[in-house]
Formats: sequence, structure tokens, C-alpha cells
Amino acid sequence: MARKSSKDRVSNEVNAGSMADIAFLLLIFFLVTTTMDQDKGLLVKLPPWDDNPVKQEVKIKKRNVFSVLVNANDELLVRGTPVDINILRLKTKEFLMNPKGAEDMAESPTKAIISLKNDRGTHYSKYLAVYNELKAAYNELRNEESQKRYGKPLDKLPRAKQKIILAQIPLILSEAESTNYGEEDK
Amino acid sequence: MSKFEKKRGKTSPAISTASLPDIIFMLLFFFMTVTVMRNSSLKVDVNIPEATELTKLEKKSLVNFVFIGKPMVQYQAVRGTSPQLQLGDKFSNINDIPVFLEKHRAKVPEKQRSMIISSLKIDSKVTMGIVSDVKDQLRKSEQLKVNYSAKARAGDKFK
Repeated sequence: MARKSSKDRVSNEVNAGSMADIAFLLLIFFLVTTTMDQDKGLLVKLPPWDDNPVKQEVKIKKRNVFSVLVNANDELLVRGTPVDINILRLKTKEFLMNPKGAEDMAESPTKAIISLKNDRGTHYSKYLAVYNELKAAYNELRNEESQKRYGKPLDKLPRAKQKIILAQIPLILSEAESTNYGEEDK
Repeated sequence: MSKFEKKRGKTSPAISTASLPDIIFMLLFFFMTVTVMRNSSLKVDVNIPEATELTKLEKKSLVNFVFIGKPMVQYQAVRGTSPQLQLGDKFSNINDIPVFLEKHRAKVPEKQRSMIISSLKIDSKVTMGIVSDVKDQLRKSEQLKVNYSAKARAGDKFK
């Protein structure tokens, strides 16, 4: 130790004055290259690709299918009737929960299937808006359910409880292959 | 009052700048950690649509970007005005998607490969034809986690 200190006394201390300048330089570089914008979006899980789709005879009751069709003019057809996008969320929720036990609506949320079909000429913005409404309907239902059961919104619940709710109201969305009507800008 | 006057008379000592590098370093490290290098410049016009049910993309290293939109003005002479696909920083064909995904996959540790998300940045005016083709190609190359990039809609509750 003693030797060391004597060495120190001999050699001058490194001048740290320019350290700030160097750090500033780096700082400015990273400031310029930083992008603070966060990427957000609708998270979707696509179905796996099937090379030779075997026509499976899956028996689905008609009452459990909620078909949504978006045509090339960006018009909406829900279960055969034209519908405005503003009430799509409400309609979806009503169909899923079926509060009145109607004959032509889903037996239970687990059996319900949303079938979304679009045209090749449908605009992406419309498609996403419809997708957003459908997802919103599910999210609202899930939140209502968790509020009723646990008195908390879904994202405040622990993982295990979230899974229970998700299993109870699963999002089953089947996307049919898009049809070829309608103009596509080529 | 007299006390203050006395002090004013003295020359004030210089502020020590010895801790300045430390402060700058602190800022430097902050920006170093939040920086994501922007390595692809946009060649297509992308104006993403608005939505409410948004999920944040957390890990940037696990995300690859697919852009679809009209070519920008300077490329329109060569590429025309119909919607085009951009992978990385060049115009691409739908058939280039598997190679593009594989290249990204190779960079990601094996354990995290199942967590890779494709972020689709698609212009709101694009029609679904090209989007469906891209979706089918993604499904064929087993990239099933997809994020339709969207902005938060103003006036709606933040989600």
C-alpha cells in the first residue's frame, strides 16, 4: 500500500476535465438516434396454415355463429342485416351474453364463434375498425365479468384469475378467406 | 442586513464542476438504454389507422416490421402507385417474407423465438387484397403472432 501511494505522488492524476465533453458528445449522439415513440397495435394470433385443408364436418349450430361481412364498399353485414359500425360492439355483446336467452343467439360465450369475412377490395382501415370493435366487445365483457366476480378490472387481477375469465369468455374468431369481388387498386 | 453585505463583498467561490461528468454520464446511460437504432428508412407511405384496443410491443428485439403502402413520391416513377410491400429497407415481394422472417429468427436466441411478433404497419387506405396475401404468407412461415399497428384514437379511454 505504501509503495502504491508513493507512485501516485510521482505520476500526475489523469485530467478528467475533458471527460464531460466526451460524455456530452456521446449523449448528443444517443439523443439524436433515440426514438421514443412506442409501438402499439392490435395483437392478433393467426390460425396455423393448413396445406391441404380437409373439409371437416364440424357441426356448429347456426345460433352460435356471429357472421360479420365487410364488403368492398366498406359496408357491414351482420347476420344477414346491414348494420352500422357504431352499434357493432353492442350487438356483439348482446349476442355473446344472450341475456334474454333468445333462441337465435349464442348458447354460451364459450360456444360462440365470430366469423369475419372481408373482400379483397375492403379498405384496411375499415377492416381494422371492425376487428377493433369485436375485440372491444370481448374486452368489455371480460372486464364486466371480472368486476362482477372479483370487484376489480381484468388487468388488476393476478394471472391465475385472469386465465379463469379468459377461459370463460374466449375470443374465437374465424377469418374466412377473402372474396374476390370488389375493385382492388393494382 | 450587515451580514449579507459582508458576504457580498467577498468574491464568490467557483462552482465545482467535478460532478458534471457524473451527471452527464447518468443521462448518457439513460439514453443508451432507451435507444433503439432505426435501421430501416421508409420507402412507402404509411399512415396507420386508429383503434382503441391496443397492446404495447415490449421487446423491440423480438419484433420485425412489415410495411405496406403506396410508394413514396420519389419511387413512384419506378414502382407505380399501387400498394407495395417493404421488408427491412427495401421493396419486396410477398415471396420474400419467409427469408426475411428466417433472417430475423436467426438473430433471436432460441428460447425466445416463439415470442417473435410481426408488426404490420399498413396504410389505412390499402385494400385487403395485399394484406390477406401477406397474412397467408405469414401463416405459411409459421409466424402467427401478429400486431396490426395502430394509433390510439383521440377522445377514447386510454388502454
